[in-house]
Amino acid sequence: MAHFPKPGAGSWTEHYPELGTGPVSYEDSISPEHYELERKAIFARTWLNVGRVEQIPRSGSYFTKEIHAAGTSIVVVRGKGGEIHAFHNICRHRGNKLVWNDYPGEETKGTCRQFTCKYHGWRYSTEGELTFVQQESEFFDLDKEDYGLAAIQVDTWEGFIFVNLDPDNTTSVHDYLGALGAGLAGYPFDEMTQVYKYRANVGSNWKLFIDAFAEFYHAPVLHAKQATAEESRKLSSVGFEALAYELDGPHGMVSSWGGMSPPKDLDMVKPIERVLHSGLFGPWDRPDVEGLDTLPPALNPARHKAWGVDSFVFFPNFMLLVWAPGWYLTYHYWPTSYNTHIFEGTLYFVPPKNATERLRQELAAVTFKEYALQDGNTLEATQTMLESRAVSEFPLNDQEILLRHLHKTARDYVGEHQTTTTPVRISAVS
Amino acid sequence: MPTFPADFTDLEPFADWSLETEAERYAKRLSSTMDELQTFYDAAFPRLADAMAYLDQLDLGALPENATRLLWLCYSLVNASFPVEVWRQSRVPDSGAASMQMLVEPAV
Repeated sequence: MAHFPKPGAGSWTEHYPELGTGPVSYEDSISPEHYELERKAIFARTWLNVGRVEQIPRSGSYFTKEIHAAGTSIVVVRGKGGEIHAFHNICRHRGNKLVWNDYPGEETKGTCRQFTCKYHGWRYSTEGELTFVQQESEFFDLDKEDYGLAAIQVDTWEGFIFVNLDPDNTTSVHDYLGALGAGLAGYPFDEMTQVYKYRANVGSNWKLFIDAFAEFYHAPVLHAKQATAEESRKLSSVGFEALAYELDGPHGMVSSWGGMSPPKDLDMVKPIERVLHSGLFGPWDRPDVEGLDTLPPALNPARHKAWGVDSFVFFPNFMLLVWAPGWYLTYHYWPTSYNTHIFEGTLYFVPPKNATERLRQELAAVTFKEYALQDGNTLEATQTMLESRAVSEFPLNDQEILLRHLHKTARDYVGEHQTTTTPVRISAVS
Repeated sequence: MPTFPADFTDLEPFADWSLETEAERYAKRLSSTMDELQTFYDAAFPRLADAMAYLDQLDLGALPENATRLLWLCYSLVNASFPVEVWRQSRVPDSGAASMQMLVEPAV
């Protein structure tokens, strides 16, 4: 029985007829060849979120980001005038990685006046200009103006920093994020600067972890033990239904109810939650910041009073979860091969005013890890069995619409890239 | 010198749970038996509300060392509450080889 209304078409999925309702192939998640195509068609061409403006608060603040899927490492830095630049992390002299510490493959961050290459001491300004060449007179007609760092398109949306590795890209990040992005504008992301960031190496295709976080059909089952016994029985008999789904271009969102913040009855939650007034859905009390009373239109689109969390899937690999009690969470999935990726989960809260608020946030952060460990381990099991190819097509239900949409979008990007880059073969007609 | 503020000397036997980072707290949890986790929980959980009330009188940005130590112990209690209240084992069930590293956490 439906507890929440569905669109007139009868289901969320049929509301978007281009998705179809048939079983779905997961070949796109187990094929090394397909992954190579995704790298070129998706990761080398779309806007990728690499961080937040708060990570580079001052002129000269920088961080590096390894983007294996696009085959590069980048440096993001705040310039002298406060503007943000992004460069390929490569010295123009002989290709050494420019910014790194101890381990060339690991990301780093810091503040500097200029970047100096460890190899021969070439220096670059935070604007990317080559400013110093060791023994410059030994070179032949070297004009330093010709050897600035290789710039990458960089743009911000609501304080999130995005890069696009396609030099021919002409779409702004604002336009790329479309109606869902525009509908989030004004949310007080900039007030939520207390950060917990987790990272995990996951043995699955990047899309499989998005699948896991883009549906809550699994929640009453996989996470059954995390609720009290009685609550768990109720949850699994009712199952999960979203309040709403919306798709816009390559992006999508699911809006969910959330009865735990605060719970209707204290017996529904664990003893530690009863004392701290916090849990998976975050601290029960909303922080005292502007912008939470009137939510932007993309949040809680059904305007339901039981609203708990909205999960946005911004294609390809950035998820943003905004929770009713006034905090947010981001997920990033950085592919490292067709069947491995690096997962990053980052929680953002309004800085706590006292120890109690701090402990409430700690409980939310610890709870997140308990859930994510269960989710992450399930994925390895899924990946290995998908790779057996014992079964090749899988039925997806209406609550899994975002998965259907994600895999279709990824396949469409690959298909479109192939038609625009593969020369048309004209076979000789004999 | 006692680790914790004067009102919390009963927690002194559990001073080794006062750990600064999530990685240390999680490692301590994984290397503890269920009996050890239960003993810590049974001692610390009834004092959680008192600790919150005590710490809330202080400036979170300028806690004295013994108060910071008490707060760290409370973080460990939050971590240990999962095996005690939920899992009945120190590891998250079905988490197998999965691990998750904390890259950024608050300074206090």
